[in-house]
Amino acid sequence: MLAIIGAGPAGLAAALEAHKEGIKDIVIFERAKEPGGILLQCIHTGFGLHYFNEEISGPEYAARFSEAIKDTDIKLICDTMVTSISKDLEIIAMNKKDGLMKFKADAIILAMGCRERPRGALNIYGTRPSGIMTAGAAQEYINIKGYMPGKKCVILGSGDIGLIMARRMTLEGAKVEAVCELLPFSGGLKRNIVQCLDDYGIPLRLSTTVVCVHGKERLEGVTIAKVDDKLQPIPDTEEYIECDTLLLSVGLIPENELSQLAGIKIDPVTKGPVVSDTRETSISGIFACGNVLQVHDLVDFVTLESQVAGKAAAEFIKNRNLKNEFAKVVPGERVRYIVPQKVSLPVTEELTFYFRVTNEFDNMIVSLSVNDKEIYSKKKRKLAPGEMENLKIKTELFENLTSDDVIEIKVKEK
Amino acid sequence: MKTDIAIIGGGVVGNMIARELSAYDVGIVVLEKNHDISMETTKANSGIVHAGYDAMPGSLKALLNVRGCALMEDVCAKLYVPYKKTGSIVIAFNEEEHEHIKALYDRGIANSVPNLEIINKARLREIEPEISPKAISALYAPDAGIVSPYELSDSAADCAANNGATYIRNFEVSSIEMKDDMFVISDGECFIEANIVINVAGTHSDDIANMVGDFSFKISPRPGEYALLDKAAGYIANTVIFTTPSKMGKGVLVAPTTHGNIIVGPSSYDADEKESYAIRKGQLPIIFEKAKESVPNLPVGQMITSFAGIRAHTEGDDFIIGSSKMNKNFINVAGIASPGLASSPAIAEYVADIVKEVYPKELRRKENYNPSIKRPIRINSMSFEEKQVAIAKNPDYARVICRCETVTEGEIKDAIHRPVGAVDIDGVKRRVRAGMGRCQGGFCGSKVMDILSEELDIPVNSVTKFGKNSKIIFERTK
Repeated sequence: MLAIIGAGPAGLAAALEAHKEGIKDIVIFERAKEPGGILLQCIHTGFGLHYFNEEISGPEYAARFSEAIKDTDIKLICDTMVTSISKDLEIIAMNKKDGLMKFKADAIILAMGCRERPRGALNIYGTRPSGIMTAGAAQEYINIKGYMPGKKCVILGSGDIGLIMARRMTLEGAKVEAVCELLPFSGGLKRNIVQCLDDYGIPLRLSTTVVCVHGKERLEGVTIAKVDDKLQPIPDTEEYIECDTLLLSVGLIPENELSQLAGIKIDPVTKGPVVSDTRETSISGIFACGNVLQVHDLVDFVTLESQVAGKAAAEFIKNRNLKNEFAKVVPGERVRYIVPQKVSLPVTEELTFYFRVTNEFDNMIVSLSVNDKEIYSKKKRKLAPGEMENLKIKTELFENLTSDDVIEIKVKEK
Repeated sequence: MKTDIAIIGGGVVGNMIARELSAYDVGIVVLEKNHDISMETTKANSGIVHAGYDAMPGSLKALLNVRGCALMEDVCAKLYVPYKKTGSIVIAFNEEEHEHIKALYDRGIANSVPNLEIINKARLREIEPEISPKAISALYAPDAGIVSPYELSDSAADCAANNGATYIRNFEVSSIEMKDDMFVISDGECFIEANIVINVAGTHSDDIANMVGDFSFKISPRPGEYALLDKAAGYIANTVIFTTPSKMGKGVLVAPTTHGNIIVGPSSYDADEKESYAIRKGQLPIIFEKAKESVPNLPVGQMITSFAGIRAHTEGDDFIIGSSKMNKNFINVAGIASPGLASSPAIAEYVADIVKEVYPKELRRKENYNPSIKRPIRINSMSFEEKQVAIAKNPDYARVICRCETVTEGEIKDAIHRPVGAVDIDGVKRRVRAGMGRCQGGFCGSKVMDILSEELDIPVNSVTKFGKNSKIIFERTK
C-alpha cells in the first residue's frame, strides 16, 4: 500500500502519478471533510497558468485532481487525522467512522502542507484583544464561513496570502489601511502586489512593522514604526492607525510534526525534510512533496514536484531499487536554499533544482557548478526572495557524478 | 437569591475555597465578574509550586506555602490536574549570592521546608546541564514543582459545583449592603443575600473590602510579563530555575510547564491600572537577557506567545486572611501574590477553619462529598488501547480539532459541558488546550467557534474570544 498523508494539491497529484505508474493500492488520508487542502478557500483566480496554461480558481484547480481521483481506485479517507508515522512505515490514524486505525505501508508520501506563523512568534507588545488573526484564518472566515472578521484592517506581512486578503477584504467593503512589510521588499509575487494592492490604492509600507497593539476586548488600533537595516524599530517614527483587525501574513512553516515523530531529517532553512531528487526523505520509502517540503508560491510547481514524488514512490514499491549514493547540493552566494538537497546517483533523468535567493537582485547570472567548476549558467534580469527560481539541468551534464562531488548553485554579478 | 456563603472571585484561590467548603452542608455561591472563571491572575502566572523558603518565618505566606506545597500533589491527583514535582533551584553566581542562598536555606529550615540542600557546581550541572558555567552553587528544593494553574482552578470549580456550589459568571459586584444580619451583594441588577462573604477578588479585593467600610489594606497591582517557548525548547530546563531574589519579586525564572513548554519571566513593575494585561515595550528582550544569565543557550527564537499577569501585591508583603474588623462574617482573602498558587490548598483549609468559627451553626460534613471529579478524557496522553476504548464509547474522541496539541471534538464538547464549562474560545483553550500549541489557534479557532456555537446554541458570530466585545466575526459577507 502507498499511503499519502494529505489530499491537498500535493497529495492528489502524487496519488494520480503513482496510480499512472501502476500502483493499485493507494490510500490518501485527509483531515478535512473533503479533498483540496487550502485551495478550497482560495476562491481567487491565478492558479494553473503554468500547469494548465489557463487561469482558474483554487477550488477549480483542486477539482481537476479530485475529480480525476474519482475515476481511479485510489481510496480517499477524509475527516481523518494521522496521528503518527514510524520509520518502519507504520501509520496510526483515526476518524469518527472507523475509530483508531493502524496500517503498514510499503511507501509513504508526506503531503501535509504548511501553516501560518502566529502572532506569538513576533515581538509585538501591547494587549491581547480579539481581532488579531492570520490572513489564512480571515480567508477561511470570509470565503468558507461567509462572515466578515472586521471592517478596518491593517495587514502585517506582504506574503501572498496577505496581499490576496487585502483585496478580498476591500471587495467585501472593509477598509484596508495599510500592508506593512518588515523587509525592504515584499515576500509576495510581483503580480499580486500590482493586482491586489496597486489596483485598489492600498499602500504597501516597506521597512515598516507593527510594534504595538491596542484595545482591551476587541482590537482598537495598532502602532506601526519604520525599521532600520537591522530590522529594529526606529524611535520617533511611530504612528497610530485605528483599526479593528490585524491580519498577519508573516511567513509559512511546513508542518513536519509527523515527519519529526518518524525521525526524518529536517532542513533548518526550508523547515521541510532533506530530500533527494526523487523527493525521498532521510528514511527509505518515505517521500515528501508540496508545502510540507518547501513553501511554494505557485500551486503549479507543487503539482510538478508531487508528480516526481508519486513516480518515485511507485518505483520504490515496484522495484525496491534503492539508490543510496548521493551527491550533495549546497546553496552558494546569494542563494538561501535549494531543493533537492542531494542528487541520487547515477543521474538518469533531467533534474530540476528549485531555489530562493537571499535578497532582491537585478541583472545577475545564476550559476551551477560541480566542485567549483561551472557547468551551467543563465542570465536573470530580476531575482527576488518572493519568487521561487528553478534550473533545469540535462542528464549529460551530470555524467560521472560521484558521491564525493558537491553541486553548488550561486547567483553572481555579470 | 439567598445563600449561606458568597465567595467573590472565581480565581484559583476562590475556587479552591469553594471546593473545600462544598464538603460541608452549606449553600455556596461563587460570583465572578468576568465571562469565565480563572481569567485574571490565575490564567497568567508562573505555575510554580514553591517549596516555601522565600517567606519570612512566622508569616502566613511561610505557613501556608509549606503546607500548600505538601498538599498539592494529592489535590492535583484528585482533580486530574497536571502537576510535576520538578524541584527548584536558586542559583548563586558569586560569594554574596552564595551567602544569600545560605540565608534562604536557613529561612527554609525555619519554615520547615523538607529536603532542602545547598548544592555545589558539579551537582548543579548534573541537575541542570544547560545552566550557566558561571553559577557557583545553588539552593535545591526537591519538593517544589509545577502545576497548570488554570486547570487546577477550573477543576476545583467543577468539583465545588458537583458538590452543590453555584457559579454565577458575569456578576461584577458593585455594592454590598447590610440587611439585618445578611449581606446583600449586587451587581446593579441582581441581589444575592449571604450570611458570610469571602472576599477573594484578587487585584480588586481592596475595592470589595471598601464596600463594607473596610479600608485596612490596599492592593498595588504589580504586573509581570512572560514568554512561552515551544515544546522543542523543553530540554533547556528540568527544574524551576531562579536567580537570587530581589525586592520586586523572585527574579526571572526559567521553568518547564506541565505540558512540556518552557516559561520565562516574569518582569516586575508597579502599575496604576488593575487590569493592565499588556506587554510593555522592550520588556521581552529584557526578560530574555536576564534569563540568559542563568541559561545562556535559551532558544528565544522558539517563543510561541507572550502574556502578562498581575500580582495582587500589598504593602505588608504577606497574605491578608481573616475576618474584617468591620464584620467578622466578612472574610478577606487578599494580597494573594506569590506563592498564592502553591498555597491555595492550604489557604482553602485555613479559610474553612475561619468559617467554622464565625458560622452561627455547627458546620456538618456532607456524607456524599466527593473531593474528586470525573476523570477527563485526554486522547493525547493515552495509549493505543486506551484510545480505542474511549473512541468506541464516543466517536467524537476520534475527530482531531486542534492539531498542534491533538485535542479532539469530544474533549472540546466535554470542556463546554463541564459543571462550570467553557463559554468562549479562551475558555476552551484553558480547559483542554485547543489553540495552546505552536499555531496558537490559527487552524482550530474556526472549528472551536463552530462547536461552541452548536453546543451553546448561539449564533456563530456571537462566539467570543473571552466575552464582552471580544467577538471574532461580525456580519455576513456580501
